[in-house]
Amino acid sequence: MRALRQALRAYPTLLRVGFAEVVAYRAEFVVWILTTNMPFVMLAIWHAVAADGAVGRFDQSRFVAYYLGAWVVRLVTSTWVVWEMSMDIRNGSLAPRLLRPLHVLLSYSAEHLAAVPMRFLVVSPVVVLLLVSARQHLTLGEPGFLLVFLLSLVGAWMLIFFSMVLMGALAFYLESSLGLFELWLGLHAILSGYLVPLERLPGWVAHLAAYLPFRSMLAFPVETLVGLETLPRAVHDLGIQWLWVVGTALVALTVWNRGVRRFVAFGG
Amino acid sequence: MSAVIDVVGLSKSYRVHRRAPGVWAALGSVFHRRYETQNAVCELSFHIEAGERVGFLGPNGAGKTTTLKMLAGLLHPSAGTVRVASHTPQERNPAFLKAITLVMGQKQQLLWDLPPSETYAMNRAIYDLPRAEGEATQKELVELLEVGDLIHKPTRQLSLGERMKCELVAALLHRPRVLFLDEPTIGLDVSMQEKMRTFIRAYNQRWGATVLLTSHYMDDVTALCPRIIVIDRGKLVYDGDLKALIRQMRPERRLTVRLASVVAPERLTRLGATVVAHGDSQVVFGVKPERLNETVREVLASLPVADLSIEDPPLEEIMRELFQRDTATRDDSEAARVAEAARAAAGGERS
Repeated sequence: MRALRQALRAYPTLLRVGFAEVVAYRAEFVVWILTTNMPFVMLAIWHAVAADGAVGRFDQSRFVAYYLGAWVVRLVTSTWVVWEMSMDIRNGSLAPRLLRPLHVLLSYSAEHLAAVPMRFLVVSPVVVLLLVSARQHLTLGEPGFLLVFLLSLVGAWMLIFFSMVLMGALAFYLESSLGLFELWLGLHAILSGYLVPLERLPGWVAHLAAYLPFRSMLAFPVETLVGLETLPRAVHDLGIQWLWVVGTALVALTVWNRGVRRFVAFGG
Repeated sequence: MSAVIDVVGLSKSYRVHRRAPGVWAALGSVFHRRYETQNAVCELSFHIEAGERVGFLGPNGAGKTTTLKMLAGLLHPSAGTVRVASHTPQERNPAFLKAITLVMGQKQQLLWDLPPSETYAMNRAIYDLPRAEGEATQKELVELLEVGDLIHKPTRQLSLGERMKCELVAALLHRPRVLFLDEPTIGLDVSMQEKMRTFIRAYNQRWGATVLLTSHYMDDVTALCPRIIVIDRGKLVYDGDLKALIRQMRPERRLTVRLASVVAPERLTRLGATVVAHGDSQVVFGVKPERLNETVREVLASLPVADLSIEDPPLEEIMRELFQRDTATRDDSEAARVAEAARAAAGGERS
């Protein structure tokens, strides 16, 4: 408990230093954001498809709302700590982190959370575009939806973070866990609603997605944002999302704690 | 005094994947992997008292860094027990982590793209140092290491020596009681090495900190460590006083004579001392301590002496002998003599 209180006292400084690092890497940061362009490609395709009439519940303006929302949610909630962890474990750079009296996952989380304000800054023009072009579909005017949406963003960030930690911690056991991450990325692209709204996927794929955590990472916050969910349904899905968060966190922490015992701290 | 570091029967083994070179071996390893157990540290035992400065020596691959990492809590031992500052290191209790530091010359904690001052701010927060105390310690360390004009430059723009000094500030900001220093002067120039040694000695004296140091530079060890622990292939070879080991392994002193003119070799052999090295302008004799005065008199009387000095044999020589790796080609009696000399020196020191 004392360690947790101490960590909370240290956290604002970690966030400040993390933000300074993000600013130091600003060119790389902007380039990375520019590479996250798949929603715009998919928007162009679906916009053309919907020119002759709505596709299910999606007309052209809802596709605009969905994909702009997907882009914003993706940028705000994504974290790639798996790269860093895998590298740190393999080349021994984890050692200086383990020597500090602060849980390593807390320091990783601070470094990655520190990037969120900068990402908000970058996505803000697209948020304005979203508000102007697809206002009629957005639910943010209603306090209930707004609250669920904000909590779903927090949940999505945590779910992605702990999924990354889980895959990163596998580097303690495997020679490289990045192959697994590539597989995860492929599944995420399809089953999270990033490429195609889940309800436009074949029935069995959409059914499969309902039992996996990927929907909670992206489609659920986006669907809540663009009015594809009723409020009771959104609250239900929020509960599911947070169950995934807790479950993934427990598994990730277990794998991490066991993995640290196997750490061989190469390279020094 | 009580033992700050207490190591009993410490062992560490790794499971290592072995594969022959080539495509077929690579394909074969997809289906069947061959693993071998490699013993990095074997039943190592030693105790270090508070405030001691101890050199931890051994050839490459002897298990020094593995041992340091176990003492620092980074690695879990395969067998044996370790207590450091009254803690079990691998539990990595915050109180333990606040009591120690591990400086690795080849690994750094400084944030690469930010100035060291940002790492210091982060460490002050992580170690929960009261603001005034943290800033005062930082100021003192920065002054001692003369890095005041460096700590606001991005780390990546600092030279290796500058980075190492800034790294030390980060590692000592929380005033650790136990310092594990793994090659802290690696890659530094001679003057920077000297500054680091002066600083480490000053820190040890100022705070009564315990220092365990590994280094391939024997000058670091002779300048800093009255006691050394030598390991080879993970096993203890020697633990005791540095000077006692030198005297035991190389009882002769080194008499170095700078010559005013060239001297024929036969004139040197007549002196009755062993000629260790001979050049046009310098000759080095190995002289038994009881014959030292006599030999100096003879040298002064019979050779054109420009300058003269008497020293212990260099530590490198002693270590080379202790580190003889190829036991298969080594004469058994020679191996026994080396081991016996090390044991005798260690025993003499302890008694």
